[in-house]
Amino acid sequence: MSKNIKSISNPKLKLEVLTTEEVKKIHEATLWIIENVGVRFPSKRALEIWEANGAMVDRDKKIVRVKGDLIEEALKKCPPAYSLAARDPQQDLSLDGNHVYLGTDGCGVEVIDIHTGQKRTSCLSDVQDIARVADATEEVAFHWVAVSAQDAPVEARGLHEIKAVWENSTKHVQTESIYNIHEAKAALEMAAWIVGGKDKLRERPVLSLMQCTAPPLGHDGGSLDAALIAAEHGIPTGFMTMASCLTTGPVTMAGNLAVGNAEVIAATALLQLAYPGAPVFYAAAQTASDLRLGSYTGGGPEDYLFGAATNVLADFYNIPLSMGSFATGAKEPNWQAGIDGSLSTFMASIVMSDMLLGCGFLHGSRIWSYAEMMMDCEIFSIIHKMMQGIVVDEETLALEAIASVGPGGHYLAQKHTRKHMRDLFLPQFMDRRPYSEWETKKDDARDWATAKARKILSEHCPEALDPKISAEMKKIIQSVEK
Amino acid sequence: MSEELYKEMAQSIIDGEKEIAIELAEKSIELQMHPLDTITKGFVVGVNYIGDQFGKGEAFLPELVMAGEAMKAAVATLEPELLKLGEAREVMGRVVLATVEGDIHEIGKTLVGTMLSASGFEVYDIGVDAPAEKIIGKALEVDAQLIGMSALLTTTMVRQREVIEELDKEGLRPRIQVMVGGAPITQDWAAKIKADGTSEDAVGAVKLAKQLLGKE
Repeated sequence: MSKNIKSISNPKLKLEVLTTEEVKKIHEATLWIIENVGVRFPSKRALEIWEANGAMVDRDKKIVRVKGDLIEEALKKCPPAYSLAARDPQQDLSLDGNHVYLGTDGCGVEVIDIHTGQKRTSCLSDVQDIARVADATEEVAFHWVAVSAQDAPVEARGLHEIKAVWENSTKHVQTESIYNIHEAKAALEMAAWIVGGKDKLRERPVLSLMQCTAPPLGHDGGSLDAALIAAEHGIPTGFMTMASCLTTGPVTMAGNLAVGNAEVIAATALLQLAYPGAPVFYAAAQTASDLRLGSYTGGGPEDYLFGAATNVLADFYNIPLSMGSFATGAKEPNWQAGIDGSLSTFMASIVMSDMLLGCGFLHGSRIWSYAEMMMDCEIFSIIHKMMQGIVVDEETLALEAIASVGPGGHYLAQKHTRKHMRDLFLPQFMDRRPYSEWETKKDDARDWATAKARKILSEHCPEALDPKISAEMKKIIQSVEK
Repeated sequence: MSEELYKEMAQSIIDGEKEIAIELAEKSIELQMHPLDTITKGFVVGVNYIGDQFGKGEAFLPELVMAGEAMKAAVATLEPELLKLGEAREVMGRVVLATVEGDIHEIGKTLVGTMLSASGFEVYDIGVDAPAEKIIGKALEVDAQLIGMSALLTTTMVRQREVIEELDKEGLRPRIQVMVGGAPITQDWAAKIKADGTSEDAVGAVKLAKQLLGKE
């Protein structure tokens, strides 16, 4: 157990969502796509690497076609397990397939102000505050940059953001907001200050990078270049597909999985060709677009199914998975948010996805809500408890206590009860009061969740980052901004 | 005879059958039917039906998109005939669409374009990673009344402001109006950069376009 981090581990529940045959079929379809349809890599460096390795490269269209065995050989070089490091080594995360870790979601553009309850544009102080609250919350194992620091200059915004998180938390920082070569290089320099040198980053990666693909079957040039920089230095990196049934992916789910899979494994293979053995992860948040509006939904049965199915694929390739979960489309922490959060996270957790992204958002990962964050975390805790299953042994069968109580009576005064009573889940935000009490106060989970976040914000002091390191990071940022 | 043909034309749109729509358009030319009649009594009837069904929630996006593409193909086939007769199809307006510089995401923009097209607008979609000069240049070239800009990244959405500032500098507004969109775009942002409006989805974008051009 890591310090102040709750993770799901040693699962007692199982779910089969895809058979071995089905996974093989998806994999074969994926290889067919990569070889015959191609994937777009709009990066000069990526095209050169592909060409040097014998792939068919159309330089005009920037589309690459690769034979299956080249992809498969490259993927074999991926390390199957490794750790994400934290400023505090007691908060390192083991991506070994036996842990499910929850992160804060990102990257939103608005925040429900914790004091006024009003929605407003996000800024750097929000990045700081959210990091600090996450630092104190045991269900959160690592950070994504939660919201865009829209008051920071565009050229170095991603750097301001990771500095802000490091200064407000000792937990691991992963960023989804660094997708160009300049910021990637600078981010590495900044991370190096924390671990005492660039050469120490591979051993202690206090930073990891996540890049989004451009479905269908495409990538962003800056993202590819940033990922290559990260891979070179042993900074864990992954490509996230958000292929969406109906619009950017086939309307049928298997086809949508195949399209996203092609994007991810082709780019992952590229990293291995350039830097064999580079720590990588599969990332995904596939969905289905709304039939009526074509809009991003933030949740639905298709999303929940993808949440379980993707880990079967990641296991097939034997690499860690970062899976989208929570991130409801609801505009408020309401019924829809409860459904989205519970079903998506249950499905992603039961198959043991390594990283879940993530808690805290409304309206399809756009509006940060502290209340939603706390409520998402309680859902994670509930699922954490469920994943422990039902233990059946002499102690839990409780025959001695049963004999002692006999027919009628109760168990409240039994020693056995007192010994194990803390096994029962104690919710923070579920309302179990008498109706009359609710009737007088009419308060609920949203109020209590907000109160909890406010308390943390006013009281929690994370372990400060060495001001010398902060100063060095500031210098690096300034050099990028020049 | 033409009644039968008009029905087939409408049906080809409803079924989203681009090739059939083209065939029927060609047939109408052979039969020397007036192209404007062909459009308004044949094909547009199909577009309106799908539009209605869509509005009621009984037809869905793919049907609308395919109807739009069949319509576009039919109109393209009839365009030369219209030109010969010195006539022009009445359009709702001319719109230039683009994803801003540094950004390659376009599904939303493409959807908006298809729906605007299906609603009777003339759409010039210049694609992704479009610098300000290219966007404004195209708008001037085609005498557009509306520019629609999309951005998916918080770091590229600032380009939307740049284009608006340039348009204002050259005194091109309100002759050319601007709507912005993309996942990170909010009402606040649109107001801040003085865009004429924003919508979160393609259906709303069409409504907005009609409002801005006074067609609603």
